[in-house]
Amino acid sequence: MSADAHRTSFGVGHRKMAMWVFIASECMFFGSLIATYLAYEGRSQVGPTPQEILNIPLTSVSTFVLLMSSLSMVLALDAVQRDERGRAKIWTAGVVVLGGLFLAGQVYEFNHFHHQGLTLQTNLFGATFYVLTGFHGAHVTVGVIWMSTLLVLMFAGRRGPERALDVEVAGLYWHFVDVVWIVIFTLVYLIQ
Amino acid sequence: MTSAAPAAGVHSLYGGGIASWLTTVDHKRVGVLYGVTALFYFVVGGIEALIIRLQLAAPESTLVGADTFNQLFTMHGTTMVFLVLMPLAAAMFNYLVPLMIGARDVAFPRLNAFSYWTFLFGSILLNVSFFTGGAPDAGWFGYANLTSEQYNPGMGIDFWLLSLQIMGIASIAAGVNFTVTILNMRAPGMSLMRMPLFVWMTLVVQVLILLAFPVITVGLVFLMFDRFFGTHFYIPAAGGTPILWQHLFWIFGHPEVYILILPSFGIVSDVLPTFARKPLFGRPFVIFSGLAIGFLGFGVWSHHMFTTGMGPIADTAFALGTFLIAIPTGVKIFNWIGTIWGGHVVFRTPLYFAVGMVSMFIIGGLSGIMHASPPVDWQQHDSYFVVAHLHYVFFGGTVMGLFAGIYYWWPKVTGRMLSERLGKAHFWLTMIGMNVTFFPMHFLGMDGMPRRIYTYAAGMGWDQWNLVATIGAFVIALGMLLFYVNAVRSLRSGPPAPADPWDAATLEWSMSSPPPEYNFAVVPEVHSARPLWLYKYGPTRDTSTHTREEGTPSQPDAPPARIDLPSPSWWPLLAAAGMGVMGSGALIGLPVVLLGAGLLVTGVFLWAFQPLERPGHPVFGPASSEGR
Amino acid sequence: MTEPLSSVEETQVEHGEHADGGHASRGTYWLVAVILAIITLLEVAVFYVPAIRPVIVPTLLSLSAIKFALVVLFFMHLKYDKPVLTGVFLGGLVVATLIVLALMLLFGAIGPGSHNV
Repeated sequence: MSADAHRTSFGVGHRKMAMWVFIASECMFFGSLIATYLAYEGRSQVGPTPQEILNIPLTSVSTFVLLMSSLSMVLALDAVQRDERGRAKIWTAGVVVLGGLFLAGQVYEFNHFHHQGLTLQTNLFGATFYVLTGFHGAHVTVGVIWMSTLLVLMFAGRRGPERALDVEVAGLYWHFVDVVWIVIFTLVYLIQ
Repeated sequence: MTSAAPAAGVHSLYGGGIASWLTTVDHKRVGVLYGVTALFYFVVGGIEALIIRLQLAAPESTLVGADTFNQLFTMHGTTMVFLVLMPLAAAMFNYLVPLMIGARDVAFPRLNAFSYWTFLFGSILLNVSFFTGGAPDAGWFGYANLTSEQYNPGMGIDFWLLSLQIMGIASIAAGVNFTVTILNMRAPGMSLMRMPLFVWMTLVVQVLILLAFPVITVGLVFLMFDRFFGTHFYIPAAGGTPILWQHLFWIFGHPEVYILILPSFGIVSDVLPTFARKPLFGRPFVIFSGLAIGFLGFGVWSHHMFTTGMGPIADTAFALGTFLIAIPTGVKIFNWIGTIWGGHVVFRTPLYFAVGMVSMFIIGGLSGIMHASPPVDWQQHDSYFVVAHLHYVFFGGTVMGLFAGIYYWWPKVTGRMLSERLGKAHFWLTMIGMNVTFFPMHFLGMDGMPRRIYTYAAGMGWDQWNLVATIGAFVIALGMLLFYVNAVRSLRSGPPAPADPWDAATLEWSMSSPPPEYNFAVVPEVHSARPLWLYKYGPTRDTSTHTREEGTPSQPDAPPARIDLPSPSWWPLLAAAGMGVMGSGALIGLPVVLLGAGLLVTGVFLWAFQPLERPGHPVFGPASSEGR
Repeated sequence: MTEPLSSVEETQVEHGEHADGGHASRGTYWLVAVILAIITLLEVAVFYVPAIRPVIVPTLLSLSAIKFALVVLFFMHLKYDKPVLTGVFLGGLVVATLIVLALMLLFGAIGPGSHNV
């Protein structure tokens, strides 16, 4: 890794390119989960059905929360790039808080559905819904842990502009998780 | 002669004790690890095959019972596909890609090590099943609902689905790593069109892995949820369908067969020019047809499902796609023939296996084209005709191509030459053996013999060809034995290999055999798709009439400027062990899963915070050839 | 993955990129966020307006596609980055979309015979 190593063939940093490559792969992962949900829609032999149980107002709020977390993310990156360390901490904390809020909403929703009689085993809707949104939630969780780690490092004084790439790559992951939710919200909740 | 004495080179590159292997992040060592592991599992999968053939040699045989037989063919297929063919290709692309593109390592050295260890633990988990009540027994493609808890209550399928998921993660990590490496780390002047064909095919393979493995992961997750948590993804009574599994499996499975053959296509595309002493014929066409095969490969998966009643429109669409994909394949074959045609052919073992690959793949491709027609496939599906087809393409194609690569690059990797005599004997035994084994299976299929049956009645008319096939299998085994003998002899006392024993054209031959730890003393500037021929012979196309200094590398012995290499690390191994423990924990209990998760997370965090180069990392420079 | 040397070098590369490809301003980010919020409101409104029912599917698909594009182009910076990244992303997205559509057709969720499109 000597002086000539920083030149990359496409002029894009390794980790940034790696995250985009990973995101392309994740399109197939979530695509398969979504395709199964759509293929099995309407095939459950017993209820509850999506129409009976999905709560559009609540989910709209959590969709909004996740979208705003993406704004917070991009403002955090901007602050890091400009070496505005105070702002960077605030916006990064914003991502953690808003992401946590989204997860709380998911936990509430899962619990509520459970009490209304929808479990993994109840019917195909339960299976496909919980697995799809559950994996999405797991991805959000990983993202929240990642952002929290970055936040801790910021407080330890180790995130100047030379570290912007770390934040950018984390941001790409976060935005992608948001984008997947946009698709899920439309296909699962709004189009029934 | 400027190449360093191979004994010292081998020792310094591969020596250092067990800890140095457990913590290595050097792509060359990772490649050797994959290769050794794969060659071990090749014996395991081969023994499974021999027992199968012994059982089927005569009608109504009682060598093994039905249950054991089901485990044998399941493990034979799973082992050969995931524990032999893929890791052998991984061994080669790990070792060679950085050398071929003029890089010192891959983009993410520790992630690379993680891929290997994760693969290893996954492979062990799969084989542990033999000792815990039975290996998986539902075929390498595990069709639902034979794999359901109801019809398969033992633990074999659980081992199968867990180990495949673990190995899938290893493959996806390597997919990210090598895609970035190939796109981003090429030496100055090495445009994409100047990359060796093996690198091109590796790039296509990585993209296929990245896009296909997530789909089977989802399919396996559904199976896991059905078996562990009582969901009904594949249960008809609840409205689900086993056909969903078939779709998810084959959306992965068809690209998977291209993942398996493209590396061999790449190897042959680089081997043939060297021994024909002329450039690859129609090089851009070979590249673009590889890309076409990769892309089209996603559009043909349901040709494995013609007998499931999808309807005439779906059948037609997938048949059309399958016929289409024969075109780029044919393009490659004609270009390979065109490469040899008119060349001053040098008859060495790598060439034999390369030609073997092309010819056997033609036969496999022809039976494949027959399958592409749904009405024809309705007779051939699930018969021995398919077994013939898949072995011609997997064994005749992939395995022979991989051996062409093994014989070709062995000198570079080990610093020793293999015996030509034993190599050619290996080739002929393999060639004769495989045709004796698998050609009769076309007849057996046409005569109605189904796949996956543990025995057959005496009066079916299948006795003769089954016996012939079994004899052929042992001829193959004898050939393989010769290879292992050749390998051991070569390592112990083979003649030292020069840097460039074959007078080849690509960058991996420009330094000593084996390479120094830093690969290139000076990062080369590339002006051609055949940089070494350009360096040795100038811009002519025909190398047959020039003399050259025997085995001269174009790299200096010692680097003129300081080179820093990444430090070894324990954390990829720890993280991989975490994955293995999690997988095992799924079969033992939640506390073990949590323990595994803890190890994984700890490993990942320690890895993330560990600098790539720590005090005491390997340093090379002009003052010493190996400074630490 | 913390890699001090290469991340410094990579950051140099990133700064070079910004010089070439331009950069969104903070104002742009806020604007995009407002548009995203408005579209979300529209989507929810559309869901509750009976008159739109006949065309609700294309409407919602279009609205969410716009949101998708805005996040990818601006928040994920793809508009200003080197085209290779767009190529990488589109490669995965296109193949995934085609396969989702194919599976939906094969399972009768869309196409002739379904109750939908």
